[in-house]
Amino acid sequence: MADTVVGENPDPHAAGEDPNRRDFIHIAAGAAAVGAVGALAWPFIDQMNPSADTLALASVEFDLSKVALGQQVTIKWRGKPLFIRKRTEAEIAAAIADDGANLPDPQTDAERHKPGKAEWMILIGACTHLGCVPTFAGGDYGGWFCPCHGSHYDTSGRIRRGPAPLNLPVPDYEFLSDTTVKVG
Amino acid sequence: MLRKGIALAALGLALVGGPALAAGAAAAPKHVDFSFKGPFGKFDQAQLQRGYKVYREVCAACHGMDLLSFRNLGQKGGPFYVPGVQENDNPYVKTIAAEYQINDIDSETGDVIQRPGTSADAFPNPYPNEAAARAGNGGAMPPDLSVMAKARHHGADYIYSLLSGYREPPAGLTVTPGQYYNPYMAGDTTPFWSGDGHAPEGGFIAMPPQLAPDKITFDDGTPSTIDQQAKDVAAFLYWAAEPKMEERKAFGFGAMIYLVIFAGLLYASYRRIWRNVAH
Amino acid sequence: MSGHSTYEPKTGVERWLDTRLPIIRLGWDSIVDYPTPKNLNYWWTFGGILAVCLMIQIVTGVVLAMHYVPHIDHAFASVERIMRDVNYGWLVRYMHANGASMFFIAVYIHMFRGLYYGSYKAPREVLWILGCIIYLLMMATAFMGYVLPWGQMSFHGAVVITNLFGALPIVGEAITTWLWGGFAVDNATLNRFFSLHFLLPFMIAGVVGLHIWALHVPGNNNPTGVNVKSKADTVPFHPYYTVKDGFAIVLFLILFATFLFYNPNALGHADNYIPANPLVTPTHIVPEWYFLPFYAILRAVPDKLGGVILMFGAIAVLFVLPWLDTSKVRSMRYRPTGKLYFLIFVLACLVLGYCGGQLPDDHVIPGLSTFTLIDADLNSFVWLSRLATLYYFGYFLVVLPILGLTETPTAQPESISTPVLSHPAGMPAGAVAAPEKKG
Repeated sequence: MADTVVGENPDPHAAGEDPNRRDFIHIAAGAAAVGAVGALAWPFIDQMNPSADTLALASVEFDLSKVALGQQVTIKWRGKPLFIRKRTEAEIAAAIADDGANLPDPQTDAERHKPGKAEWMILIGACTHLGCVPTFAGGDYGGWFCPCHGSHYDTSGRIRRGPAPLNLPVPDYEFLSDTTVKVG
Repeated sequence: MLRKGIALAALGLALVGGPALAAGAAAAPKHVDFSFKGPFGKFDQAQLQRGYKVYREVCAACHGMDLLSFRNLGQKGGPFYVPGVQENDNPYVKTIAAEYQINDIDSETGDVIQRPGTSADAFPNPYPNEAAARAGNGGAMPPDLSVMAKARHHGADYIYSLLSGYREPPAGLTVTPGQYYNPYMAGDTTPFWSGDGHAPEGGFIAMPPQLAPDKITFDDGTPSTIDQQAKDVAAFLYWAAEPKMEERKAFGFGAMIYLVIFAGLLYASYRRIWRNVAH
Repeated sequence: MSGHSTYEPKTGVERWLDTRLPIIRLGWDSIVDYPTPKNLNYWWTFGGILAVCLMIQIVTGVVLAMHYVPHIDHAFASVERIMRDVNYGWLVRYMHANGASMFFIAVYIHMFRGLYYGSYKAPREVLWILGCIIYLLMMATAFMGYVLPWGQMSFHGAVVITNLFGALPIVGEAITTWLWGGFAVDNATLNRFFSLHFLLPFMIAGVVGLHIWALHVPGNNNPTGVNVKSKADTVPFHPYYTVKDGFAIVLFLILFATFLFYNPNALGHADNYIPANPLVTPTHIVPEWYFLPFYAILRAVPDKLGGVILMFGAIAVLFVLPWLDTSKVRSMRYRPTGKLYFLIFVLACLVLGYCGGQLPDDHVIPGLSTFTLIDADLNSFVWLSRLATLYYFGYFLVVLPILGLTETPTAQPESISTPVLSHPAGMPAGAVAAPEKKG
């Protein structure tokens, strides 16, 4: 900027002044302009983040007594399906038996449920490949199967075969009582 | 030249600001020194809590506040804000919400049920619909209070003046049954005036006087006078209408300082660039 | 764009681009090296300020459209949701609402500046007409934007303005029904207003492009109104006017911020925070402040069609202004009589604005009743509006055509540089020129 000033000045006898000081004031003014635009950019970016009312609905409480043994209830949470499954003894045993198998995303079954609550499997029902909703049964491992591109999940929701890279994610949740769970 | 320009703009604004005062023949609202007035004004949290209690125990019987949710009470600047606690997890908010019964649909049976409120729920309207609200109030619709403090000139001052300003109608003023005289209410009393001179200022309102000494017990021990109740609920309603006011003024303070410094830098730069040009 | 380009591509990439799309050359010639008269005062900074206003309105408007719901049942609540729940939504919405007022403050100053310094005269007629088109588009955009929050003033303002078209003979009713998309202002109206409110700003941006193009062909007018004669009369736009405009823009933003952060609802109406109710009209219905002068003209005429014609005529007359002013002298600085008439014209516009905000039958001087003439007391805002309206049209249709032939202008300088560089003793500009010395 300062160079331009000197170059364009029709009366260029700017002798006798400190060029550093002159540069500084133009640079400072320019920096202030950039700073103002930068500072104002944040509100305009942040407005696209989830709003307060969206975040307020982001946690749900669920009454587990509605789910029968061997059944699965799907609820909507943060716009995505949430699988709440009460597993049978056989399904739990199958999952534990596979803890040592060659897993693409190694995790033991115990890491995927709350301690002492092995029958409750709570998962985000979005395939880790490209987000389709897997169906229960139909896969080769007794668990979920994604119809979009053929990913097979076992009874613990772990990926066993197909293009999906990761296990079905377990959301943050806690048991408020034996029959109530709060997700999110 | 620049000064003239600003003066001209200010003059223009002063002129267009005029019409605001023209409506109705009501008395000018009393001026209250609310803590939130002025460029650095903040809400007085204790006052907002008292005001919420007045709203809850008096106003909410007839007036909705549809645009607010319980969680708003616990957000920054709100009556029950606790620093560091997210608005949805605020313990006071949860307790307040749970006191309300919210209409919902049972997801299993599809039946209409009532369940305790959660912080994400909106304040329930006391009436199921407008017709019911009118039927319950002699044909007059109790207006929603969410933005009441912005929907009337002089906002909080007006609400305070109206609520604390009920008085006996002057002799010569005929008040129809179901109506109450209030000098701060907009309207025209001329058709009902049989006394001498000019008809009294103000108008008629369908809402009877609601506040009474000690009608509400303030938890912080503040004497519960009509004046205090009216002030507190006016402050609460101002907060309800403009909950981001503190954030706005704080943002503005920073922005103003930045802009003034920026203007100074540009002026110095401008003087330096133009110093050798005769113009 | 006048004269040949001084842009010289420095790098290979610039040369490559310059032979394919000379966009850097365009920017260089119109923003960096554009020769600008060196005597422009601060009234000339409002062009840059307006460009900033348009950008602010478009950016904030696009953001608001991400959250707004154009439906009569949800519009009001969605605007309040923006204010309460969307991150920084209060900032964006108050910026947009107050930004509209700031836009009009700036455009009115810009227009008065053009009127005073004769910027509409040859060879800048097209430039002026393009400006008038921008102003018309701005009014349409602002009106439809004000409808969107669907408050009481939104709704009844829309009712009143659309009913203006009903004054047209024969086709009036068909046009209003067509505008509404129904039998009244309703959901269909709100939807189309939202769509058009989104579209028009981009049309404004397009016409602004033409406006700048039309500016750069003859070059800027200047406070003396004297044509640029030599290179000594001009300075390159950058850095001289980028920094001067920048300074003025920041001062303007300080005014903007005062409203935005400390009194965001001062320029609006309290009634618009009451959700629209087609069954009850607010007792005192007035448009936004920037329409008040035209509203006063509308109400000054005791006939519906006549009022509408006169109101639109007030804008139409601006389009033919370049051919109404017969004076050979551009700047009012050298037209002592013209200057006086101009100042009364500004006053008349302010009076009209004031009258537009008052109840028409209220007394101007309180408590004084005089006699009634044409349906109204002489001491009423209707009559004050009538007098100001008369002057408004008189200024364009009588004063400017005749005065240009009869008045004796004072001596104009030979060139822009002459009065400034040599300061001849008998220089006529005197007191008028004095304020410019600061700028």
